[in-house]
Amino acid sequence: MALLDILKYPDERLKQESVEVEAIDDELKTFIADLEETMRAGPGGVGIAAPQVGNFIRVAIVDVSAKPKIKNNGCMILINPEINTWEGMKKGREGCMSVPDYTGNVIRAEKITMTALNLDGEKVDYTCEGYEARAVQHELDHLDGKLFLDRLVSRRTDLFQRKVYK
Amino acid sequence: MSEWKMLTLVGKDKPGIVAKITSVLYEAGAQMGEASMMRLGGNFTIMLMVKSEHGITQLSDLIQSVVSELNLTFHFQDIEADLFHHEIPDTCVTVYGADRAGIVAKVTSAMAEAGFNITDLESDMAGTEEESIYIMQIEGNASKGQDVVEKALKDVINDGIHVEVSTIDTLIG
Repeated sequence: MALLDILKYPDERLKQESVEVEAIDDELKTFIADLEETMRAGPGGVGIAAPQVGNFIRVAIVDVSAKPKIKNNGCMILINPEINTWEGMKKGREGCMSVPDYTGNVIRAEKITMTALNLDGEKVDYTCEGYEARAVQHELDHLDGKLFLDRLVSRRTDLFQRKVYK
Repeated sequence: MSEWKMLTLVGKDKPGIVAKITSVLYEAGAQMGEASMMRLGGNFTIMLMVKSEHGITQLSDLIQSVVSELNLTFHFQDIEADLFHHEIPDTCVTVYGADRAGIVAKVTSAMAEAGFNITDLESDMAGTEEESIYIMQIEGNASKGQDVVEKALKDVINDGIHVEVSTIDTLIG
């Protein structure tokens, strides 16, 4: 196991698209173990994408289970993930290990369904909501060379987002 | 003398203020830092961090002709920059209601007492001249906890003022 170096913007490599994984072999499994260790070592540590450590393959890890009172799927190892459906919109604050010392508001779908391969190469369907759905969308953006900076909205947008109309 | 200065600048809004001011500073070798620029009422306001080897007097002389041309008022002061240490706010407070005297003072006093440190506040007057509404968005850190802030606010809020305290749960991915 080893901690991997996080690429930091303005490293332009963060803006490139990653390619699909073709074989789930031991080399990939070792990399994913290192990637998870790197994620857990970071501040917050709820998600990471392979391109953030300079490996431009479609792999991400999301684990929000350590946050209290949040619906979650546990630790999700996502290989070649695809979001299938998006529902609802919500503004939330995001930061990124690849963009230190900045946080900003981003609008994300509140609920998504997704299919990804696991470490055994099996297709797994996931439904994610709220904070977990946000984390997934943030990480999967990295696979397409997108940063949360590409999706910033102003504080004044969506002013009464949290008001529940009955 | 510190290298960083804060430029405060206010004037009736018109196109080109930002471009002209920052161009003069840039051409004089100054570097821009963080800024908040905003139209308040019909006024354009600038708070801009400027890094320069020039002193306040020299910088003031530099922008004087542009400032006069645009009819602006400004002020430079030496500051400590303290960059790259953003505090991540944990709480957002939204206040809105019919405009009445003392909303800001009461709300922010109650929050200060409840250990809330404001990092950011924006407020707008909306509605019409006859019937104005006041809208305020505050972000910051609730050092004694969000429930303490909520409780403190409950005591100062009168009918017709709506307050919403919510958590800013920043995702670092």
